[in-house]
Amino acid sequence: MMAATNTRPESQPSSDKAAEIWAVLAGVLDPEVPAISVVDLGIVRGVMVSETGAVKLQVTPTYTGCPATALIHEIIKAAVISAGYFEVEIEQVLSPPWTTDWISQEGREKLRAYGIAPPVGEAAVGKALLFGVPPQVSCPKCGSNKTEQVSEFGSTACKAMYKCLSCAEPFEYFKCI
Amino acid sequence: MNIYRDESNPLFQYVVGLGDDALILGHRWSEWLSKGPNLELDIAASNLALDLIGQANLLLEYAAEVEGAGRSADDLAYLRDTQDFRCHWLCEQPNEDWGVTIARMLMFSTYQYLRYSALMQSTDRQLAEIAAKALKEVTYHRRFAAEWTVRLAQGTDEGHRRVQNGFNILWRFVPELFETSGGERTLANDGIAVASDSLEADWRETMDEVMTKAGVSAPETSGRVMASRHNGHHSEHLGHLLCEMQFLQRAYPKASGATW
Ligand SMILES: [Zn+2]
Repeated sequence: MMAATNTRPESQPSSDKAAEIWAVLAGVLDPEVPAISVVDLGIVRGVMVSETGAVKLQVTPTYTGCPATALIHEIIKAAVISAGYFEVEIEQVLSPPWTTDWISQEGREKLRAYGIAPPVGEAAVGKALLFGVPPQVSCPKCGSNKTEQVSEFGSTACKAMYKCLSCAEPFEYFKCI
Repeated sequence: MNIYRDESNPLFQYVVGLGDDALILGHRWSEWLSKGPNLELDIAASNLALDLIGQANLLLEYAAEVEGAGRSADDLAYLRDTQDFRCHWLCEQPNEDWGVTIARMLMFSTYQYLRYSALMQSTDRQLAEIAAKALKEVTYHRRFAAEWTVRLAQGTDEGHRRVQNGFNILWRFVPELFETSGGERTLANDGIAVASDSLEADWRETMDEVMTKAGVSAPETSGRVMASRHNGHHSEHLGHLLCEMQFLQRAYPKASGATW
């Protein structure tokens, strides 16, 4: 079902040092959704380490106007410097554009445990439709499928607001894009 | 006066035009903050504003690079005067009320949707990448506007009157959307830009689909504006908008004002 996850690049680190940096980044949490790491989120697109230990990171934005982008670059950089790599450069890459399909399976479970319903299905389905039908989302608190969208927009660009009709809890849904 | 002529650096002008549309419309959406019809729509407005200003940032950064004159995206956004802006008149019109705002968003997001879709095939890699990224956002902008057009028009008489009023007063800005300058035509022939007139048939088809479903109509006689963004002509509204948007940068130039 999550076939697109194989487009995430970290399965083949180019060296032991690169693998070490991937492991460091796996501990860097998204500041706006501090339940999942930047690696779980799928925004780290490449890690290159030169022979002298200079690091180049390729990072892609979630949304063009995401206000956390600059902060994410800073905390990623700080984490890599703390791991002993003092020369760190971040390159912002736009292509291919980020999609929620890149959120890892573990990331989805972490989101659910945190109280945010993970994206349903794959981003490619029906996204160009002129009149959308809100996706059927199950409640992260009680698991009920009887939920309804309150607002397509929420506290951050990536989330919509839902409420559960079974347990009456409001919750956030991580939208497909 | 520093009016860009059509023959000078057409790629810069084209990209600035794309960026200015997103910037000015994004600013208009930001004007709804704290004044939205309800809390959910206030939040929607800030999200739409953020997306558009994010797109403007990418486009104006690229425009600054194309220009190669040492200006930054900030300089382009905050230190140009009205005559140097290349946004469409439709984007700079005041929000008025939610009906007018929604009518404008349907008209312009449909236009942006078609323009970014076509630009994804641009031979200019940077433009194609920005377009692919922006298209994801504009897709749900268009859906939001289409759903609200129908909701307003099919709701109360008041809602219908207001969204119909939006189309009535904005329709005269439609011809400008499809006006294709010489520079744009040349870039389009080279596979870099999208000729604006090539978008008109699809635009009218989508507008017709949504407006028919909503039960609203285009005004029968709308006339058209006889001035053009390509020559640096704008409505008086752009100047008022820039007064607010550029205030910080211009008031505190030594502190370099605002940065993205
Ligand atoms: Zn529940």
